[in-house]
Amino acid sequence: MKYFIGLLTVATGLWAGAEEVSFNADIRPIFSKHCMTCHGPDAGLDEHGKSKRKGELRLDRAEGPEGAYRVLDGVQAIKPGDLKGSELWRRITTDDADDRMPPVKAHVDPLTSAEKETLRKWIVEGAKYEEFWSFVPARERELPGVKNKKWSARPIDQFTLAKMEEKGLVPNARADKRTLIRRVSFDLTGLPPSLEEIEEFLADHSEDAYERLVSRLMEKPQYGEHMAKYWLDLVRFADTNGMHHDHYRDMTPYRDWVIRSFNENLGYDEFVKYQVAGDLYPEPSTEQLIGSGFNRLHLIIDVGTALPEESFTKNVIDRVSAVGTAFMGMTLGCAVCHDHKFDPLTQKEFFQLYAFFNNFDGEPETGRRSGSDFKRGLQAPYIMVPTAEEKEKLAALDVGLEGLEGELKALQAAEARDEGAIKAKEGELKKAQEARGKFEETLRGAMVMKERTEVRPAHVLVRGAYDQPGEEVQRDTPAFLPPLKAEEGTRDRMDLAEWLVAPENPLTARVEVNRIWQQFFGVGLVKTAEDFGVQGQWPSHPKLLDYLTTEFVASRWDVKALVRMIVLSETYQQSSVAPRERFVTDPENRMLARGSRFRLDSEMIRDQVLAVSGLLNLEMYGFSVKPPQPAGLWKAVAMPSSYPREYVADAGGKIHRRSIYTFWKRGMPPPQMSIFDAPTREACIARRERTNTPLQALVLMNEDQYFGAAKKFAENLFEVPELNEDQRLARAYETVTSQEPSELTVGKLREGLKGFRGYYSSNPDLAKAVAGEEGDEVSRAERAAWTMLVHSLLNLDVVKTHE
Amino acid sequence: MNPFQDYNDMVNRRQFLKRGSMGLGSVAMGSLLAKAGVTGMGSHFPAKAKRVIFLFMAGAPSQLDLFDYKPDLHKRFKEPLPPSVSKGQRVTAMTKGKEQLVAPSMFKFHRQGRSGVYLSELLPHIGSVIDDICIIKSTNTDAINHDPGKTLLCTGAEIPGKASMGSWLSYGLGRINESLPDFVVLNSAFWSGKVNVQALYSRLWGSGFLPSKHQGVAFQAAGDPVLFLSNPAGVSREGRRRMLDLVTSLNEEHLETVGDPEIQTTIAQQEMAFRMQASVPELTDLSGEPEHVLDLYGPEVRQSGSFARNCLLARRMAERDVRFVQLFHRGWDHHTALPANIRGQARDVDQPCAALLKDLKQRGLLEDTLVVFGGEFGRTTYGQGKLEVDNYGRDHHPRCFSTWMAGAGIKGGMTYGETDDYCYNVVKDPVHVRDFNATILHQLGLDHNRLTFPFLGLDQKLTGVNEAHVVKDILA
Repeated sequence: MKYFIGLLTVATGLWAGAEEVSFNADIRPIFSKHCMTCHGPDAGLDEHGKSKRKGELRLDRAEGPEGAYRVLDGVQAIKPGDLKGSELWRRITTDDADDRMPPVKAHVDPLTSAEKETLRKWIVEGAKYEEFWSFVPARERELPGVKNKKWSARPIDQFTLAKMEEKGLVPNARADKRTLIRRVSFDLTGLPPSLEEIEEFLADHSEDAYERLVSRLMEKPQYGEHMAKYWLDLVRFADTNGMHHDHYRDMTPYRDWVIRSFNENLGYDEFVKYQVAGDLYPEPSTEQLIGSGFNRLHLIIDVGTALPEESFTKNVIDRVSAVGTAFMGMTLGCAVCHDHKFDPLTQKEFFQLYAFFNNFDGEPETGRRSGSDFKRGLQAPYIMVPTAEEKEKLAALDVGLEGLEGELKALQAAEARDEGAIKAKEGELKKAQEARGKFEETLRGAMVMKERTEVRPAHVLVRGAYDQPGEEVQRDTPAFLPPLKAEEGTRDRMDLAEWLVAPENPLTARVEVNRIWQQFFGVGLVKTAEDFGVQGQWPSHPKLLDYLTTEFVASRWDVKALVRMIVLSETYQQSSVAPRERFVTDPENRMLARGSRFRLDSEMIRDQVLAVSGLLNLEMYGFSVKPPQPAGLWKAVAMPSSYPREYVADAGGKIHRRSIYTFWKRGMPPPQMSIFDAPTREACIARRERTNTPLQALVLMNEDQYFGAAKKFAENLFEVPELNEDQRLARAYETVTSQEPSELTVGKLREGLKGFRGYYSSNPDLAKAVAGEEGDEVSRAERAAWTMLVHSLLNLDVVKTHE
Repeated sequence: MNPFQDYNDMVNRRQFLKRGSMGLGSVAMGSLLAKAGVTGMGSHFPAKAKRVIFLFMAGAPSQLDLFDYKPDLHKRFKEPLPPSVSKGQRVTAMTKGKEQLVAPSMFKFHRQGRSGVYLSELLPHIGSVIDDICIIKSTNTDAINHDPGKTLLCTGAEIPGKASMGSWLSYGLGRINESLPDFVVLNSAFWSGKVNVQALYSRLWGSGFLPSKHQGVAFQAAGDPVLFLSNPAGVSREGRRRMLDLVTSLNEEHLETVGDPEIQTTIAQQEMAFRMQASVPELTDLSGEPEHVLDLYGPEVRQSGSFARNCLLARRMAERDVRFVQLFHRGWDHHTALPANIRGQARDVDQPCAALLKDLKQRGLLEDTLVVFGGEFGRTTYGQGKLEVDNYGRDHHPRCFSTWMAGAGIKGGMTYGETDDYCYNVVKDPVHVRDFNATILHQLGLDHNRLTFPFLGLDQKLTGVNEAHVVKDILA
């Protein structure tokens, strides 16, 4: 027990500072945890019609009639510098159970003595309030002073080094070149480096070898696919409706657009605008329209099951909440039923945002089952997005049709009508029209956002109930953020989009910069990437976050430039090797005094296994694909009339496409992904959990594709006949880990192989099951043994780890 | 030192620190300390239940035809439901604007057991164990459609994204058996109700915002019971052992260089997977069950994927201390032809449910196993579709429905709560879904207000943001 407490002290010691108590960093979290439910921003009424705010006191602000400094009946809640004059201090320290705060009936944890001590210090030091950090625009640009002048002059490193020096830490050495190319390849493309790429990088001794490697990787189309992966979690992209029947819904043109946008480095401001309001550009391009499909990614229920008005309300709330999580890092959804408990967002303000999104010109529930839209997973409004090839084919078909029509007219106009020929031609025409129709059904459509001409009024919904409209509201943004520029009455989603990416908006850029950072270090500078509000976590490096944010906006929201800046920093390039205690005291590497080591996401693990075994199919874009999965999973949850009901795996090259193209049924996502913490895509997720479970071990051990990859890999090893056994072992090891094996490792591999060989020689039936019928018993045992050797390598910890 | 303990300590230390920095409360800490062998369970107070078996009747069974006896209703056949009863309350899109004509149950009810609780003729076997059961007639919910209704009952919110009950227990209390998952889901592969079969969603046993290691493991009726459990063709247990030995040896070498104790976790989890490859088949192998036990559950127990078989599996899991077992049996959504369909559904579950209680009891397991039975809502007293004395349908009804609990400190042979003469509104002792869930947690020694996890700016709870109350009157 003592041991635990000792460790905990060390861990929190990293966070505590000797400096002055800060309201934002120290006090606000305490109030938030213990007091705000009753003494916070929510001024609403409870179910008995009484104010939820107790004692006419709110602790989130100092001034005002209910502010913390207020004097009521001669009692002042907080008197700066005066502990005895502060009622708050008496109430949290009293022994009188009736007076003590927080009261037992509030069901919140009591204050710890450390928390009380912090409050005491703060009151004595003057009880200074501060505006909440993330609601103030990032301004900080000044680099901190550091003692170690030799390490790095790059701004990121100056900030991280200053923090390390403050905590008595020193930066780790730079990672070796093999680790570095492996890390940066995963981080920029989601794939491991090939042996050739490793060789090229090792042979390049020029000073800017690493910089050029980074450029090469960022130019690969796989960069966009990898970046898109994170985005698709955030916007809950999927291939089914997610409710009731959980029918098919095709949003794949949106996915393609996200991939292209990252590859073409569309400015993040434009990226946001396309999604929030792409349909409202004066003459929207196809890309802008597809981007507006963001507004169509919410779950949607089948027609005829729920009440349309209720479904409509749910959809709009879902849309607004998505904007909150994805662009603002705010939990807007908390204010649907009442004023936000912790953040300064009123229920009315939520519905003012709602008013931007409630004017959708389309049905609130899915279409009926009949017709080609249903089959294609489409629902109006949508636009057709044929490929260039398909366009050509359509044009050719149209030319053919026109020709036939002309010929028919000529026949009909002829003086001597040949009824037989006319009938034949009509038949020909009908066939051609059908063929065109059939072809059209194979084309993709992109669901888009569309505004009704007449603006639908919006109301506050009492307790969030769709059938209890209250006060009518106008489109507007929350008062705690900068005002919207457009005039009342003319405001539309485009104004809201402009407001989101205006330089004075304190949230949009910060939230995105933090998420990008999180991709590379496993944890964001703000750990709660989904919540930049009062309940979110305080940033580990607030000044660095501000610096990166201002850089990002100044670069015209250049994502590639930001990514480049991060991966070129020395902070990023540090080795992740460290003494065990460092992992124990700072398990998530929040102090950044080493390279980050964390489990790779499911997609990266699967794509990697396919890549190293030579199976990966790099074809881009298009409809989702279905690699094999265990039988019966869909059927076990689907309704008899769900479309589709049973999982029918694809065949051929499709099953080896990158995981980002895997079909995502919300009711039953692909298990190879969800077992490794991929979300269901029912709600917006800004960061995935990372667990380490026996079920994950089972996937890597037994999943068909994973074991199949080992077989293929083993075959590949024999395609280089000049290798001797040790060389072959080394090649296998290097292909999987990007590292050269040590003597010790080669010895272990040799022993392992020998063991497998013996095992399969004495079990010829098992060997046949692995290696197939081909060859004699000895060669089958040999192939099976190598398969097991490779299979072992593919189960190493490093295969699933960012190092 | 014991290597497994060593690993456990390491994992726990790490997670403890991770969680410590998130400001987690005493619950998680309790569980961690419990796992490290420092103290007992992570409960807030002594628990009556060690484990739960939740029998989820998906699609919403009719309380009027099974549990909630309305002897005088047959006099009102086809009479319009008085507005003083319906009170203009929300109905579904299917019956909106339609006439609401009373459809009395065609089934007879009899007093059962020493307690004399009324029960439908469709449930004779459950009748035989009624003295162990408490029927809650006043259960009510907010949702009127299946998807939100099931999501609410299983996760405490209608909107997807929250953690399910089993994952809360896994998070709060930890695992008892280190060779089996602590939250198992068993879905019936077939059922008798042939109309309107509703979908399930993995979110019903998902972990939502909790780490995914807490999510339910859905056993499959065919193929591997646990996904990816079996070795590939050509790999025997011996081959797997050899492979793991090599992998572990290489991982250990790597651990020495890198220093990250997470590698130790990987090694331990691979070992756990290896143990599961033996413990799960042992669990699902019924060949050692004597005939008289199989017979207790009825003939369908011999069919893989049946509700009966799943009940027997649930008992085997209870014996092996799996914390939370949830069975989903679909086919209860009887908008039309209710009598014909409910007969089959009742037959599916009646004998197995009773057998489960008897079997647990004779093994002394009912004392600390809480068995829960219920669907996502109830059904309307007014008919839907064709309305004849012996043929009618019923629409969704959230305002009252019947559920039951048994074992682990629940009073048997009683009913709780009352509905009006039409079985439309609760008139006494309402039990909202969140009260229902709070009561389950309470039996496990957990205070629903203190089992929390910070996410999206809130201390999330299974019972949501509204106040919930433990139903104390049903506790022994």
